[in-house]
Amino acid sequence: MNARPPIAMLAELTHRCPLSCPYCSNPIELARIDSELDTETWKRVFREAAEIGVLQLHLSGGEPASRRDLTELIAAAREAGLYTNLITSGIGLTERRLHELDEAGLDHIQLSLQGTDAAMADDIGGYRGGFDRKMQVAGWIKEIGFPLTLNAVMHRRNLHQLPRSIELAVEMGARRIEVATVQFHGWALKNRDTLMPTMEQARETDAIVTEARKRLKGMLVIDYVPADYHSDYPKRCMGGWATTGLNVTPDGEVLPCHAAQTIPHLQFDNVRESHLRDIWYDGSAFNAYRGTDWMQEPCQSCDRKLKDFGGCRCQAMAIVGDAAATDPVCIKSPHHGALQLQADAHAHSDRKNLVHRTAPGKPIPEPAE
Amino acid sequence: MIDREDIPFLPRGVRLHFDKVRDQWVLLAPERAVTLDQVGQAILSELDGIRSFGTITEDLASRYNAPAEEIAKDTGGFLGALLDRRFLELRR
Ligand code: SF4
Ligand code: SF4
Repeated sequence: MNARPPIAMLAELTHRCPLSCPYCSNPIELARIDSELDTETWKRVFREAAEIGVLQLHLSGGEPASRRDLTELIAAAREAGLYTNLITSGIGLTERRLHELDEAGLDHIQLSLQGTDAAMADDIGGYRGGFDRKMQVAGWIKEIGFPLTLNAVMHRRNLHQLPRSIELAVEMGARRIEVATVQFHGWALKNRDTLMPTMEQARETDAIVTEARKRLKGMLVIDYVPADYHSDYPKRCMGGWATTGLNVTPDGEVLPCHAAQTIPHLQFDNVRESHLRDIWYDGSAFNAYRGTDWMQEPCQSCDRKLKDFGGCRCQAMAIVGDAAATDPVCIKSPHHGALQLQADAHAHSDRKNLVHRTAPGKPIPEPAE
Repeated sequence: MIDREDIPFLPRGVRLHFDKVRDQWVLLAPERAVTLDQVGQAILSELDGIRSFGTITEDLASRYNAPAEEIAKDTGGFLGALLDRRFLELRR
């Protein structure tokens, strides 16, 4: 198969995190600290990534600041020639540590936002004092002059705070805000009844984003991930399976997307055993849904198939039970109607409790019936 | 619109990078890697944080032996798009 080189790599340095967001994109089975890749292995992986064409490195987690070698890792990534982006909740970053990251050459910070006040943010993040700390960190980021993106994760509970989130981004001096409606994978699936936005909220969000984009043109760039259960066509997930980026988990498994481990028949290679090049070009998980040959109808004969590549494989797996099926978000999927009814039912549920993610190695909670 | 006196520069977090694997110049920015053609690369490598937009376009015009007005228009369009995406800043 003729695959092009990857552009981006997401390095999930650890699954440890002081927060416990109920929509965390980490898998339900979290990697334990003693299984994490060591410093030298990560450095080698960064060099391999640059060798095969990766330009952008996203350092994520969990909370990447939970890794004590973060500064060293960033310096190594810069040395390898990568653009380094730190995706953080801010918790665990001190002023001194930020200065060290600055010296190490960190290019950009993406700060997550759980809510626009302590009551909301600390409830969602499950960490008291988290919001105040985050604001303090945002102040240091601004002082040092790191380019900043604010990443506002939106759902039914906090969508009314969207206008304030946008204002906050401007106040923090962010160049960019990502308005990301929660994607229902992993932990978020346990919280659909509490977090699923209503159709009205989804449309109102579209309008707020459109207005703000116009008003703040040239000042704040707004990237928007709409609520896809309320859309007609699916998103082009990861730019198309195995076309653009790859993920490395804390214990070294290489995935075509962060949720790929939810597809049970896929087998993943590990950076401990293979070079990234061999994994990217020859790994069975990467080739499973690369291109269009694997597609079923209605995707196979659809004129949008190179546009969205049939949507998200993990969503097809989670909802239809077949990872090669058309993403049920698509109006052409036979499951589209059922999905919309289901989304509506979740959106109008009166459940209020949240199932927060746990710490690596801790028992996994179930939603109360 | 960029004025003649404006001094365009790449802000922190945006940089030119030669991509050896693909054998081309790219502009690296937060979450983006923009592929540059020869013209784009030529324009961006002129930005030194000292010379104004007017000076840069005149220099380019004489180097490529092209009408200054045309160069200013093309360059302005290219840089304007980068401004909107916050990949470029101006000072006086
Ligand atoms: S989503 Fe929340 S819990 Fe998960 S890694 Fe990010 S900050 Fe931590
Ligand atoms: S049928 Fe498949 S390819 Fe066509 S729009 Fe729907 S998901 Fe995309």
